[in-house]
Amino acid sequence: MSLFELRDVSHFYRGVTQAALAGVTLDVERGSLLALLGPNGSGKSTLLRVMLGELEASSGSVMYAGRPSNERSRREVASEIAFVPQAESMAFPMTVRKLVEMGRYPHTGILGRMGSADREAVDLAMERAGVADLGGRSMGNLSGGERQRVIIARALAQQPKILVLDEPTAALDLHFAMETFELMSELTEEGSFTVVVATHNLNLAARYATQLILLCSGRIEASGLPSEVITAENVQRVYRWPVVVTSPADLGPRKGAPQVTPLSPGTDHKGS
Amino acid sequence: MSRQAILLLGLLLLFLGVLTLGLALGAVPIPVWEVLSALTGSSDPQVETIVLGLRLPRVLLAAEVGAGLAVAGAVFQALLRNPLAEPYILGVSSGAAVGAVMAIILGMTVNSMFALPVAAFLGAVLAIVLVLAMARAAGRGLDTHVLLLAGVVIGAFFNAVVLLLVTFADLETFRAAMLWIMGSFSGATWASVTMVAVWVLPALAVLTGFARPLNLLSVGEQSAFHLGVDVRQLKIVLYVGTSFLVGVCVAGSGAIGFVGLVVPHALRLVGGSDHRWLLPACAMTGGGFLVFADTVARTVLTPAELPVGVVTALLGVPVFLWLLVRSEESL
Repeated sequence: MSLFELRDVSHFYRGVTQAALAGVTLDVERGSLLALLGPNGSGKSTLLRVMLGELEASSGSVMYAGRPSNERSRREVASEIAFVPQAESMAFPMTVRKLVEMGRYPHTGILGRMGSADREAVDLAMERAGVADLGGRSMGNLSGGERQRVIIARALAQQPKILVLDEPTAALDLHFAMETFELMSELTEEGSFTVVVATHNLNLAARYATQLILLCSGRIEASGLPSEVITAENVQRVYRWPVVVTSPADLGPRKGAPQVTPLSPGTDHKGS
Repeated sequence: MSRQAILLLGLLLLFLGVLTLGLALGAVPIPVWEVLSALTGSSDPQVETIVLGLRLPRVLLAAEVGAGLAVAGAVFQALLRNPLAEPYILGVSSGAAVGAVMAIILGMTVNSMFALPVAAFLGAVLAIVLVLAMARAAGRGLDTHVLLLAGVVIGAFFNAVVLLLVTFADLETFRAAMLWIMGSFSGATWASVTMVAVWVLPALAVLTGFARPLNLLSVGEQSAFHLGVDVRQLKIVLYVGTSFLVGVCVAGSGAIGFVGLVVPHALRLVGGSDHRWLLPACAMTGGGFLVFADTVARTVLTPAELPVGVVTALLGVPVFLWLLVRSEESL
C-alpha cells in the first residue's frame, strides 16, 4: 500500500478560475525521497497542502495510509508527519530550544510535561539539524539559514515517519543546502522513513531524490526517476528557458544523476 | 523552582500589596494595619464601612476587569501574531459597549447577571467579525496596518453609535453610557463584582487551559496545524473566550484601554512568551495594574475623580507608540 494515494485531485482557490491543481494522480511509496519540482506558481505548495489535509481538495480523493487524512485527529497525524514550512515569522521573542520543544506537542500530555524521552528527542533532533549549540539563542537573532535548520530540528523532534519540506533550501547557502539534502537522503536510507520535498533546486533534487515530479500549471508534466524527468526537453518546456542536461560521472549517491545548466538566450546548444 | 514560578510568586505578592494599597488610599487614608483588621472583621464600624462597603467592591472589580482585559490582550496578540493587538485598539471594547448600552436602553437592569454580559459579548463578537472581515477584504491577510486601521475605524463607529443611542435616552442612562465609553469603577457594587466574577474566572481558567496550543499558534497557523493543533476549532474557542472576557469586563466597568497592551508586553520582557506562564502572570499583573490605575484615578485630584480609562491611556499610549515604531523597524 502506498503511503499517500492521490487520485485525480483538483484544487481551486476561492475566486480564482484557474485550477491550482488539475487532475493530479500520484503515489508516494514508503522509504522514498520524493522531490516536487516546477516553476513558481506551478502548484507545488498547493499539492503539499492538499496531500497533508491542510487544504481540502475541490475534487478527487486524497488518502494517507489507506484513510482520508481528515478522519484522524491532528495529534495523531502530527506524531507521524512533520512539516517544514517555507517561512515562519516570529511575532514574539522565543529561544531556539523552546521552539524545538514544540515538536513534542503531539507526543506529550495535556500539561506538556517533558519527560526524559522528550528531552532526548529534542537533543537528538537539534544535533541532527546542526543547531545543538544554538539552544539558548533567541530566534530573532538568527540568520535565515540558522532559522531554517531550527525549524527542521523541530520537525525531527516530532519523531515522524514522514518529513515534508516546502522549499527548505531557498534561504540556505551551498553548505547548508548540501547538508539539508544529505540529511534527507540519510533519513530515507533505512527504507522506512519517507521524505517529500518541494524545491527549486533541480540539480540537488536530481542527485538525491529517488522519485521526481515535475509540475506545471497544476498538472504533472513528468514523473519518475531523475533520469526520466530531468531531460533538456522537459526542463525547457516547463521553465521556458534553454538548458543543457549533462551527467557528470561522480556526484555522490546516484552516479550519473542528470544536472541542468541554463544557457544564455540565443546560445546555439544543439550540438552539445 | 523554575525562574517563572518564582516570578509568578513575586507577582502574586505584588498583586496582594497593590490590593491592600487600593483599600488604604482614598479620600480618607486608612493605615494598612487598620485595613487588615477591617478585612478580618475587628475594626471600628466606620473604617469597616469605608474598607469593606466602599473600597473593597471597587478594588475587586478593578482586579477582575484588569485580569480579564490583560489575558484577552495576550490571547489576541497570539491569535493575530501581532503585539499591538488589544481589545480596545481593535474596537472590540467599543463593540461590547454598544451591546451593553443597547441592553440598558431596552430596559435591562444594570446589574443583570446574564442579559448585560451577553449583550456586551454579542457586541464584542460583532466588532471582531467586522474588523477581521475588513482586514481580509483589504486582501493582505492579517497585515498589522490594515488590522489596526480597521480596529480604530470600527471603534470610532461604535463609539458614535453609543452616543447616538444615548441621545434618545434619559439623563440617568446618559450618565451610565458615558461611563461605558470612558471606563470607570465608580459604579462598583457587590452585584457587579459577582456578575463579573461569575463569568471572568471560568473564562480565565478555560483560556489558560489552552496555553500550550496557543504557544504553537503564536508561531503561525500552518505550523500549529502540522504540529498537531486543530487550528480552526482552537481559533473559535479563543475568539469566543476573549469576546466573552471583553464583553463581561466592559459590562462591568466600560471600555478601558491599553491594559491588554501594556501588561502582556511588560511580562514577555520579564519572563518570555510561553503562555503557560504568561496567562496567569497577565491575570495577576493586569488585576494589580488596574487597581493601581484606579487608585491613582480617585486620589490624584481628590475630591474630584478621573475616569480610570484616562490613566490607562496616559500610561498605555507611549508603550503603544514605542511598539509601533519598533515593529516598523523590524519590517
